[in-house]
Amino acid sequence: MSEMQPEMEPVKHEWPLYEVFVRSKRGLNHVHVGSLHAADDEMAIRHARDLYTRRNEGVSIWVVKAADITASSPDEKDPFFAPSADKVYRHPTFYDIPDNVPHM
Amino acid sequence: MTLRPPPTPHGAHPETTTEPLEAHFEHTIEADQRIEPRDWVPEKYRATLIRQIAQHAHSEIIGMQPEGNWITRAPSLRRKAILLAKVQDEAGHGLYLYSAAETLGADRRDLTERLISGKQKYSSIFNYPTLTFADVGVIGWLVDGAAICNQVPLCRCSYGPYARGMIRICKEESFHQRQGYELLMTMMRGTDAQREMVQESTNRWWWPSLMMFGPPDGDSPNTAQSMSWKIKRHTNDELRQRFVDMTVPQAEALGVTLPDPDLRWNAERASYDFGEIDWSEFKEVLRGNGPCNAQRVAHRKRAHDEGAWVREAAAAYARKHREAV
Repeated sequence: MSEMQPEMEPVKHEWPLYEVFVRSKRGLNHVHVGSLHAADDEMAIRHARDLYTRRNEGVSIWVVKAADITASSPDEKDPFFAPSADKVYRHPTFYDIPDNVPHM
Repeated sequence: MTLRPPPTPHGAHPETTTEPLEAHFEHTIEADQRIEPRDWVPEKYRATLIRQIAQHAHSEIIGMQPEGNWITRAPSLRRKAILLAKVQDEAGHGLYLYSAAETLGADRRDLTERLISGKQKYSSIFNYPTLTFADVGVIGWLVDGAAICNQVPLCRCSYGPYARGMIRICKEESFHQRQGYELLMTMMRGTDAQREMVQESTNRWWWPSLMMFGPPDGDSPNTAQSMSWKIKRHTNDELRQRFVDMTVPQAEALGVTLPDPDLRWNAERASYDFGEIDWSEFKEVLRGNGPCNAQRVAHRKRAHDEGAWVREAAAAYARKHREAV
């Protein structure tokens, strides 16, 4: 797919793939909901509205070309996330506090 | 970009052994975890899913036609607005599903090509014509009802993007089924001619709706593999039975007779027995000899061809603006 293609003009009428993120209401993060094809950013936003928010599912939409996203590789899953697994002292449950100490 | 699967499956690389990858895949399925786009998967899992999701997407897209046929002739503005919204949803469902298929490495344009060249199939139900406005109601009630039966278990499918798409679709299908049933209730409260129209439509759609669940279990060679991969959660016959059991009381409440003299409650099984399905009709329609096969595909092809200049113009406009920056 797009990540593997060399840098070049897309085929004449090939619309690039966009990933769509929707904030469902104020106070919540944008969440990835899917993807779509559009000729440009503005069309991508319009298509995203029509496709992913037909029933008040969102108050804000982000679209980003799929080709512009960098993600961690699943192949290096374990070593990549290993540093977070061996630091138990980062979690509050690591510390023993007597039951009679309030609000902690 | 890194959200899509690599073009060459790891398993095809001669220097890579797939054994640990396969074990990890099996373990993920076993633990009822979801497979996500960039995970290693066996080629057959990928191919099975692409085929199933593409057929499903094509069904939604072709499924716009039978009902779209009635938009301009809907009897009231209310019914027209509802029908427009419903047909727009079908387009949306098709697009969610194409989007899911693309996460497996399928190409959108290629999928469209396969549909209009007849290389990939869609549900046989959409090869039947919509002869009266009652068909709009019966499609919502029976066809979307059967689709819901099929799709609810797919919300727990092992492939994450497909399962997530199905959750969205099922929420929207509920509107589809209810608007259809309400339409039929309204007609049943009308004149004798309207009641007859509902009965006649039910007679035509009942058996093709039962065929939507696919061939009987004994004749469905891919079911076992799909179930072990947790793509499918129930067999065709289980889902068909569930649909019959759900629908009989709905037909009674509506006041129509389902066209099957063998349909009766079986207290022992706590289910309805029903008559033999005419599988030769199913096979004929699949083979391309249904009433509307050629018309459906020709219409899709025409829409695609006639839209080419729009796609090209939009791409040219986007290119011009990129260059101007």
